[in-house]
Amino acid sequence: MVNIPSSIDDTVPAAEVEDVELYHPHSWWTTYVFSQDAKVIAIQYSMTALAIGLVALVLSWLMRLQLGFPGYFTFIDAERYYQFITMHGMIMVIYLLTALFLGGFGNYLIPLMLGARDMVFPYANMLSYWLYLLAVLVLVAGFFVPGGPTGAGWTLYPPQAVLSGTPGGQDWGIILMLTSLILFIIGFTMGGLNYVVTVLQGRARGMTLMRMPLTIWGIFTATVMALLAFPALFVASVMMLFDRLLGTSFFMPAIVEMGEQLQHGGGSPILFQHLFWFFGHPEVYIVALPAFGIVSDLISTHARKNIFGYRMMVWAIVIIGALSFIVWAHHMYVSGMNPNFGFFFATTTLIIAVPTAIKVYNWVLTLWRGDIHLTLPMLFALGFIVTFVNGGLTGLFLGNVVVDVPLSDTMFVVAHFHMVMGVAPIMVIFGAIYHWYPKITGRMLNEIMGRIHFWVTFLGAYLIFFPMHYLGLLGAPRRYYELGESAVNPPSAHDLNVFITLMALTVGAAQMLFLFNLIWSLRNGKEAGGNPWRATTLEWQTPTTPPPHGNWGKELPVVYRWAYDYSVPGAPEDFIPQNQPNSNRLSMENAS
Amino acid sequence: MSVILIFLAGIAAIITWWMAQQRLTSRPWLEAGSVGDTPRYDVSSIPTAKIGLGVFLAVVGALFTLFISAYFMRMGLQDWWAIPVPGLLWVNTIVLALSSVALQWAKIEAEKHHIEAMRTGLLIGLATAIGFLVGQLFVWRELVSAGYVLADNPANSFFYLITGMHGLHILGGLVALGRTTFKAWHAEQPGKVLLSVELCAMYWHFMLLVWLVLFALFAGWANDFVDICRQLLT
Repeated sequence: MVNIPSSIDDTVPAAEVEDVELYHPHSWWTTYVFSQDAKVIAIQYSMTALAIGLVALVLSWLMRLQLGFPGYFTFIDAERYYQFITMHGMIMVIYLLTALFLGGFGNYLIPLMLGARDMVFPYANMLSYWLYLLAVLVLVAGFFVPGGPTGAGWTLYPPQAVLSGTPGGQDWGIILMLTSLILFIIGFTMGGLNYVVTVLQGRARGMTLMRMPLTIWGIFTATVMALLAFPALFVASVMMLFDRLLGTSFFMPAIVEMGEQLQHGGGSPILFQHLFWFFGHPEVYIVALPAFGIVSDLISTHARKNIFGYRMMVWAIVIIGALSFIVWAHHMYVSGMNPNFGFFFATTTLIIAVPTAIKVYNWVLTLWRGDIHLTLPMLFALGFIVTFVNGGLTGLFLGNVVVDVPLSDTMFVVAHFHMVMGVAPIMVIFGAIYHWYPKITGRMLNEIMGRIHFWVTFLGAYLIFFPMHYLGLLGAPRRYYELGESAVNPPSAHDLNVFITLMALTVGAAQMLFLFNLIWSLRNGKEAGGNPWRATTLEWQTPTTPPPHGNWGKELPVVYRWAYDYSVPGAPEDFIPQNQPNSNRLSMENAS
Repeated sequence: MSVILIFLAGIAAIITWWMAQQRLTSRPWLEAGSVGDTPRYDVSSIPTAKIGLGVFLAVVGALFTLFISAYFMRMGLQDWWAIPVPGLLWVNTIVLALSSVALQWAKIEAEKHHIEAMRTGLLIGLATAIGFLVGQLFVWRELVSAGYVLADNPANSFFYLITGMHGLHILGGLVALGRTTFKAWHAEQPGKVLLSVELCAMYWHFMLLVWLVLFALFAGWANDFVDICRQLLT
């Protein structure tokens, strides 16, 4: 480093930007295991999240087997079924989606896309992963303790969550679940500080906020939200742990159980619901906003067109983030509340549809007359848009109190949230993996396997969840171990359940093909080169692929333009990287 | 939940103020730069660690605000008997305030390159903070021996839970302060540890502020304040 700019408006040549002091690993252990390199941490996060996600996938199979063929699988009793539901939900929402989007993609993409060498607090970043791993291990331990994991449902509502009638309520299950959540939140906070402060302070010269790719905007906003929302879950978990272990009565009302008066009394289960959903609703957008951001970049890159309405996209992300903190009680319409509150929360809920719709229009308008390449990332991005719109529309139904009350606790709700925050973000995760795998490994994923994976997953997801809406309208309740012969379960509904189960097994099998592809392509994939998608953003401009420790070699990149200069008229190529200055293009234009 | 909403409104105001300075209305698609005009370096000149601590304090603030929210909601129910405030809590409050003052003094002396005075300030800060924690333990003992045990009444439960959580945060701060003091002893110039001392002082002021709010809560003044607000609103 020759010199350091003395003021912010200093016009010294670009390369001489103040550089950060990097931590340099000395041994195999500190390079690959206890690594402080954000890219290694990202891969660790992603592998752990995918592994635990696989557990959740198997649990969903078991649930579907029970619903499709009640009575055939004797090892699935009612208790087990509730444990499967609970663990499936909790794992998917927190330990897979949150961890993969923020811990996985956040760690990999934030430093690379912003032109930084690493996160600003690498040591805390490393601790974040190890606490996450510990949280996952504590969670998994639930399967091996007496009584098994908790079966309280992923919302863990008291008082049932800590009573003996619920699996794990008076055993280890609920204790391990709450402990695991507390560990996860502490670990996430360490990582989250990194993501936020790196965006604030780690940007390369010229990378103004309004030149950041939307992926970073999505992850950044989601992290700010998560940092403010997760404390609510922390508070709720600690207080419930006190109720369970120390006999306090924060949430526990006076209860007679098995003819015995419990020592609790006077507590408020509603208080828990408020705390839980104060976290729980922002959590939906903590998962959705990174997906929004990533999908914007995928669409723009693979349609060779600049994103439509970039500023509007940024504002929409921020506005959605802010609004999502004042809608939480729409999860509690059936818990009983003042009708005026219901009206207030229905209004705020429906208002969120406005910025969300703006985003959907902008995606569609980006595609409009674009040079659409139906690559794997693009297929998944298109799949996301369709799925998200479908899931979002049923959200408009459920946001209204009068419609929600009869539909609440039916399969309709299950179908809704699986479409909007299950399938849709997962589509983006797949798209993103197909998109960035070449940068991470230097090789492309296999195209044929990828296409089979996409079509089975995409069509299969619809064949699973569309019939579920119908079941819900029929009145089939959710969370029921078996429906038996009842008015809400005519023979036709039962046939439908068999069909859904077969589809679920098929879609699950397609994921095995995907995992196989991930491993197979490591060695056998096509060589990707540094920038196979001809993309503009900085991570594709690294001197070597995969990027080494420190990312950029000797000199940090300098940013001269926004992230969406695709198909610029007069430019020699149909994309201009963010670190390419303007002069070439101007001279080209002058010449012509 | 209104308390946490007010807190978040404050955070939102800070974020809005910050974003207002970020040229969010610029048109990035028209602003490609050439080699000569090096783009503005718009990263803040405040040290990164300080911004990191600021963000962390926002998270800690949200955590305690949520505890306070829960406290108010639970307090409205039938079975609530307020816990008495032992006189020792006043002493502890003064000790924690002294700790905060000592660290502020250490910071000022460090800026003036008075290394000896800075070390003294750090030591006093460390000792008084430990004193505060010990004092809190004595408060707990006093209350327990007077029969106010954890699970007896939600007021007691909240008292032990929230003071315990505050104590844990002070304990975490002590680790950082201990490391800073250790570094201060081995550094030749205060310049090297100035930032660490500054961060410790910042954290301590914040935890003192949190403690004052909590103290007001337990002593019941916060309730009067909330009642007044409620009457104004209705």
